[in-house]
Amino acid sequence: MKNRKLASLPAIPYVFWMALFVVVPLVLIVVYAFTSESGGFTLENFSSIGSYTMVFVRSLVLSLIATAVCLIIGYPVAYVISKEGPTFQRVAMMLIMLPMWINFLLRTYAWMSILENTGLINTFLSDIGIIGLINRLFGLSIDHLPLINTSGAVILGMVYNYLPFMIIPIHSVIVKIDKATIEAAEDLGADSVTVFRKVIFPLSLPGVLSGITMVFVPSVSTFILSKLLGGGTSMLLGDLIELQFMGGAYNPHLGSAISLVMMIIVMACMAVMNRFGDGEEQAVIM
Amino acid sequence: MKKKNGFWGRFLTFLLFFFLYAPIIVLIIFSFNSTKSRTVWTGFTLDWYVKLFHNSSILSALYTTLLISVLAALIATIIGTFASIGIFNMKKRPRELIMQVNNIPVINADIITGVSLCILFVFLGKKLGFELGFGTLLIAHITFNIPYVILSVLPKLRQLDKNLFEAAQDLGCTWMQAFFKVIIPQIKPGIVNGLLMAFTLSVDDFVISYFTAGSVETLSMRIYAMTKKRISPEINAVSTILFATVLLLLIIINVREARQEKAAEKRRASFKS
Amino acid sequence: MKKNLVLSAALIAAVAVLLSACGSSEPQEVVNVFNWGENIDESIFDDFEEQTGIKVNYKVYESNEQLYTMLKQGGINYDVIIPSDYMISRMIDEDMLEKIDYANVPNLSSIDPQYLNLEFDPNQEYSVPYTWGVVGVIYNTKTVTEPVTSWSILFNEKYSGSILQFDNSRDAMATALFYLGYDINTTDKAQLDEAFDLLTKQKPMLQGYYMDQQFDKLEGGEAAIGVYYAGDAVTMMSNNPDLAFVVPSEGSNFFVDAMCIPKGAANKANGEAFINFMCEDDIVIRNMEVTGYATPSASAYAILDDELKNNPIIFPDKSILDNCQTYVNLPAETLELYNDYWTKLKS
Repeated sequence: MKNRKLASLPAIPYVFWMALFVVVPLVLIVVYAFTSESGGFTLENFSSIGSYTMVFVRSLVLSLIATAVCLIIGYPVAYVISKEGPTFQRVAMMLIMLPMWINFLLRTYAWMSILENTGLINTFLSDIGIIGLINRLFGLSIDHLPLINTSGAVILGMVYNYLPFMIIPIHSVIVKIDKATIEAAEDLGADSVTVFRKVIFPLSLPGVLSGITMVFVPSVSTFILSKLLGGGTSMLLGDLIELQFMGGAYNPHLGSAISLVMMIIVMACMAVMNRFGDGEEQAVIM
Repeated sequence: MKKKNGFWGRFLTFLLFFFLYAPIIVLIIFSFNSTKSRTVWTGFTLDWYVKLFHNSSILSALYTTLLISVLAALIATIIGTFASIGIFNMKKRPRELIMQVNNIPVINADIITGVSLCILFVFLGKKLGFELGFGTLLIAHITFNIPYVILSVLPKLRQLDKNLFEAAQDLGCTWMQAFFKVIIPQIKPGIVNGLLMAFTLSVDDFVISYFTAGSVETLSMRIYAMTKKRISPEINAVSTILFATVLLLLIIINVREARQEKAAEKRRASFKS
Repeated sequence: MKKNLVLSAALIAAVAVLLSACGSSEPQEVVNVFNWGENIDESIFDDFEEQTGIKVNYKVYESNEQLYTMLKQGGINYDVIIPSDYMISRMIDEDMLEKIDYANVPNLSSIDPQYLNLEFDPNQEYSVPYTWGVVGVIYNTKTVTEPVTSWSILFNEKYSGSILQFDNSRDAMATALFYLGYDINTTDKAQLDEAFDLLTKQKPMLQGYYMDQQFDKLEGGEAAIGVYYAGDAVTMMSNNPDLAFVVPSEGSNFFVDAMCIPKGAANKANGEAFINFMCEDDIVIRNMEVTGYATPSASAYAILDDELKNNPIIFPDKSILDNCQTYVNLPAETLELYNDYWTKLKS
């Protein structure tokens, strides 16, 4: 501590590492985005992004819906759990985290067999006669409900996979709220609704914000969910990028440009959100 | 706050757990199904497990995953722990700048981390004559692990008494001794937590590995390849085994923690009396 | 402190075990094989290792285009790849393949000469034919009761929601070009645009764009109509007898997949040994029984079971083959157009 310069020496390998493997790659993405295959400067990559506006819109809409659904489900759950005893809370949080330890692809794959046309839900519905009932009521002749290969299935996949990311930060912030604050509010005559609205919710906002980020970012950039649950007919941003680097349309320059734009959109969204929060009190996750 | 949850609160929690676990239970049940059908139960069998253990591509992918995860977690923890101490001692300006950079891999979408590393590796590989493979995969994993180690070690350092380190040195410890005998034990929970987090992140990662592994294959990549072709209940068997392992580990860890807490409480109680 | 020691000792031990297992296998000879999914009997690798001591590292790709992307991207090393005809000629053009030393592949002599010196490798320098076949429509006879003879079935609104299309640009465009009656190797932008429009119209009728996932969807009755390769159709039909395969009357694609060695392969000799091994008669037959693809090997064909030999899907009639066309490599601007169409179509 006497010599700050000396004391910060242990960070040197790390600084080099991060410079080489985090900063330089991002610089390379920018370079690729502004060059053509021959290496010259070009803006063509960005102008051709225009024809993929639909993909951007679709990705944003689907992931915003998924984030909203996660918040609507996740907040009440986190709140309810935080009111339980410590053992219940510990077990409940463990159970919420446990699915995250199972491979992401396997979790998604499980939904495939549930949602398919000949999957569990449709088999069950037709076995108990619901499908027949729908047909008679609406004069249709379907033999299954369209569940898989729809936008709904992709949203479901996002909600299922990322919901824990919403619950955990919110819960960890709510439990840290000083009980005395709440008691003080109650003593001052606030009813439970007012306590929630004026005390608990504002204080839990940092958790909500980091929850939103943690659901939104992976949702907007996924390329597996749309492939496995969406049938690959409605691409998301992640698919578009993957296609340029590993798929059937090789163009890393276009891929970099799309990545760059996506990164900027995500950062803009987060900047807007951070204005709602204090910015100071970012909840540290897990 | 002390008001207990009513029926609806409990019901909501139950619904959530049903939603989270129903697909996993379906997955597990059909790993014992005697035909390939994923919807019709035709009888009990363990064949898929037997097949799994004869499937050399799955086994070697599992081996790669474990090796990468252990190595990446260890290296990231070592680099990250030293880095945390260095960062902690920095002036405000450089510290804030470094924390910004540190957060990039945490906040950035996985696909961007993966793609950008892929570009870097291919670029360097062409210049220096190496290929994407185990080495690049390891570097990628270390890269996305380090920030999490730092995020879990730094808060522990902040809780540390600032005079402790100097006191140790004043009492005649060398820097190294003070570091290993005083600082490290104090921040150990943060280090262990970071190590575990790094390990699980590595095991679970698919996207970044997908772009940086070259001809090497991790378990996630193997599973991805399997879902792209004809789906075999061997996948269900893999997931059942993984699920059981994780469940067991979590139970052990939690029981141990609960016991330690109880013991600590007892000690505290006996101190007081 | 003690616990600390135990923990670190355990970790070090774990690493040591993992590394030693890795270290002991280090000096072993390897061959890195990159192949289509569902295109080989993987148990053959064990025999190969037993016979030669060379370990096979195996990975799969989904389409010629994906293979091309991965190789072009660089940074990977494979010793054997198995692209199709048109992709081989593109790779030769772009100097992406290594010439094969046929002295190391004596089994080349077993290949029927009609599959040698083909258009994609006229001087037979870069490839050893692996399989051949045709593309056709696979449909479920329970749900599709009308007779299927034309590509039009893929664009029939009646089956909206149960149609599967190829997940690669060349094959998907070809289905549209055949239906429109154009040459599948056309470079005429107007014709290509028309084909692209047709695919755009088809998109809402599709269940999705799939490659090997078609197996599961068609066998399980999840989809009614797919379009895929003959060899895989044989496999599907043996798993679900309701399925039927037809080569549309407008003609179809005849393809040859051949084993090649990409430029800069680290274990070229091992790659050649592997290629040679894959041409052994008993291996060819074993492989064929699993993959369902026809072999170009004359000596293996001679000793083939009659059941396989007389299978009209594996070895189609001459009249059908005469009606088929091979893909050829397209000029750069057309390839770019394909790339563009494909990204647009899928978005």
